[in-house]
Amino acid sequence: MTGTETIAKPPTSGGTRPGGGRLPLARLRDFALVPAILLLVVVGALIDPVFLSSANITNVLQQQTELALLVLAEAIILIAGKFDLSLESTIGLAPALAVALVIPAASNGLGTELPAGLAIVLCLLTGLAIGAFNGLLILRFKLSAFIVTLGMLIVLRGLQIGITGGQNLFDIPPSVLYLGSAVWLGVPASIWISGTLFVVGIVALGYFRHGRSVYAIGGNTDAARAAGIRTDRVVWVVLMIGGLLAALAGLLMTGRLGSVAAAQGDGMIFTVFAAAVIGGISLDGGKGTLFGALCGVIVLGLINNILTLAGVSAQWIQAIYGAIILVALILARLTSGKAQD
Amino acid sequence: MTSQEQNAGSAAGIPAAEARDVSKRYGATVALHSAGIAVRAGETHALVGRNGAGKSTLVSILTGLQRPDGGEIRFDGAPAPALADRDAWRQRVACVYQKSTIIPTLTVAENLFLNRQSGRGLIDWRGLRRRAADLLAGYGVDVDPAALAGSLTVEQRQLVEIARALSFGARFIILDEPTAQLDAAAIDRLFDRMRELQSSGVTFLFISHHLQEVYEVCQRVTVLRDARHILTEPVEALSRDELVAAMTGETGRALAEGVSRPPVPATAPVVLDVRGLRLAGYYDGVDLTVRAGELVGLIGSGSSGKVALAETIAGLRRADAGTVTIAGSTPKPGQVPAAIAAGLGYLPQDRHREGLVPLLSVAENATMPIAGRLGPAGIIAPARQQATAERMIRTYDIKTDGPRQPVSDLSGGNAQKVVLARALANDPKALVMVSPTAGVDVRSKASLLGAVNEAAAGGAGVLVVSDELDDLRSCDRVLVMFHGEVIRDVPRGWTDADLVSAVEGVEQQ
Ligand SMILES: Nc1ncnc2c1ncn2[C@@H]1O[C@H](COP(=O)(O)OP(=O)(O)OP(=O)(O)O)[C@@H](O)[C@H]1O
Ligand SMILES: [Mg+2]
Repeated sequence: MTGTETIAKPPTSGGTRPGGGRLPLARLRDFALVPAILLLVVVGALIDPVFLSSANITNVLQQQTELALLVLAEAIILIAGKFDLSLESTIGLAPALAVALVIPAASNGLGTELPAGLAIVLCLLTGLAIGAFNGLLILRFKLSAFIVTLGMLIVLRGLQIGITGGQNLFDIPPSVLYLGSAVWLGVPASIWISGTLFVVGIVALGYFRHGRSVYAIGGNTDAARAAGIRTDRVVWVVLMIGGLLAALAGLLMTGRLGSVAAAQGDGMIFTVFAAAVIGGISLDGGKGTLFGALCGVIVLGLINNILTLAGVSAQWIQAIYGAIILVALILARLTSGKAQD
Repeated sequence: MTSQEQNAGSAAGIPAAEARDVSKRYGATVALHSAGIAVRAGETHALVGRNGAGKSTLVSILTGLQRPDGGEIRFDGAPAPALADRDAWRQRVACVYQKSTIIPTLTVAENLFLNRQSGRGLIDWRGLRRRAADLLAGYGVDVDPAALAGSLTVEQRQLVEIARALSFGARFIILDEPTAQLDAAAIDRLFDRMRELQSSGVTFLFISHHLQEVYEVCQRVTVLRDARHILTEPVEALSRDELVAAMTGETGRALAEGVSRPPVPATAPVVLDVRGLRLAGYYDGVDLTVRAGELVGLIGSGSSGKVALAETIAGLRRADAGTVTIAGSTPKPGQVPAAIAAGLGYLPQDRHREGLVPLLSVAENATMPIAGRLGPAGIIAPARQQATAERMIRTYDIKTDGPRQPVSDLSGGNAQKVVLARALANDPKALVMVSPTAGVDVRSKASLLGAVNEAAAGGAGVLVVSDELDDLRSCDRVLVMFHGEVIRDVPRGWTDADLVSAVEGVEQQ
């Protein structure tokens, strides 16, 4: 969006000066939220000693795993210079469809009663297909990613209500429950999964050519194409990965809660974007790191937990949480010194 | 014209790259009409023509970025690879495009090795930066490979692009106006490097509006005019006037000597007054004045600090010390709107980033600063906007389908004319222009400079910041900057050699 300005930002001075310490600065930006996280931990410990108990920490982390996966998906998509608002519906529809295909009609299923073992695969395939369809509309038909995925958000939510008759699904096969509820080596499996996927993502986007091409595309698509990057293909893959991660997040959420709510994921997208932007991802594309995005998720999780521990009344928690996110955005803007365009 | 066929059969053998009967339309615009070019192996071939003649379109077809509507491309006699096979294209041809292909959000090192950071495995960032530093050193580019490319100056970015294109090891390299934003020293280094590569067998296609460069590095030249191939000849067979005649389709002198102007009375009010300006690392203790009606040039090498000085006057940078006074008032330093409110007009160096709104029409872009005057109460009367824009298109010789065409569809030089038209549109009291004619063809240059002269005649004080001697010929005096200081104030009547040696810091007499 820099092109829409008639007046330039001042060129960053000292680009050529030696001793400007550019690299350390750029690296520092990645760790900008670490002090904030430490501060929140101290505040949390002061408010309630329970905060530092391993049970609470585990709980905070586990509750954030689904958000974390959505943020991971959204961050990659944003870095590629695109948008996906429909993730918050995919997280509900993908498990709902998969479960509805395997459970009997009496439990609000579709009556197909496919083998229960297929449920996980069906769920992930649904996510993949949604991403692919978004890609088709955005890349082949050259529609705006924003409006396409906003439409998809509504369509997918509507599909879920249509399929389930607007009911929550309770009769969940154990295979679907497993990932969201299992504990591996004393730590919930969902934390392992999210953590591992973030590490994979950080390495892929930081150290592999194909990962770097995501940044190149977000930074300047024409230049990326001229450099031989198959821009459409990469963006398509990124959108499909986004859908896949959202479906996986849906599985984790279903396992954690033991059911698929009709409104599963409803309203999450604001938090997803907030975490990504607080974590330094630019809505303009090409900027930010997955590590930063992860920090953004953790910051929001800690704030949420502290509000609960501090005994903020349930009626007010949403307003306060929202306000704190706005404050966090302002702080992130001030500390980074860059406009969040 | 069948000159390309003659070439194919000539002693030089099969051309390294060839376009035959290539056509390309954009909607109603015919960008290429069965045009052709044949570049012999080992030569440096110039491609010239006026703004909008179709040069860059031919480049995008020769590099496989666009599919021609008709015709074919051959490399070394074999048909070009499929458009989707980007790797195959990149092995055959490397290119510096006219439009920047630098990714501002990535580091310089990564831009240099974009999409080839590593083989299959992990990227070795340290090694990458080291390789980048080595590569840049060869071009005398003093930038930190770890810096973000967006923080580079226009000139540095251009050098990074050139270094990148030449480093692929391709045997055929296209340079689309590589010199438009470079100073003389950088151009010399580029030419040295080109000659070196040429002697090792690399073939070049070189595009420039500086005809003296064509004579300096090229062996043959192809002229395009109005989307058609006009001629292909050895450069020594064509005089400069003949070349210009082929480009414009009419005979006559290319560029006026510089308009003679009545002297500016010493009583004319000072419209731009710079006192003791200092910005660490760029310039130090700069004083200069421009009077109403005066045309002052400012020349200096890329490291002289002249562009930083212009940017400070415009409020893009904030000086460490000193004052800038515009038409009697001292705007708040470091703020562009304040400078504009004080009566400054500014033509920035980086047109793509600072100059234009790409998707808006020519009319909207050109009339942006005077939108308030096109109708009552802030309403823009479409008919008046249209009429004003049409007048600008005629005055500045802008080649376009019409005022409604988006500026992103204009050729590089024509987009440049829109920016210039806009800078002159709101009758500024003081006008600062950086390289006003970069990328503009020989004939249009004259009309653009004529418009600048008129602005001065109308009472504006103009500061032209440029390396281009032609831009400075009409100036009442030319200031020479060297290492951050104004070292000379040269009155009219200088010779080229005079000024060039002053720029290089050679003492006179
Ligand atoms: N994407 C596009 N859409 C519409 N018209 C275009 C597009 N690209 C180029 N044109 C038109 O094609 C013609 C040739 O443009 P081209 O960029 O090839 O000119 P050029 O010879 O490179 O000029 P310059 O010297 O100014 O760079 C111009 O009239 C231009 O307006
Ligand atoms: Mg061009």
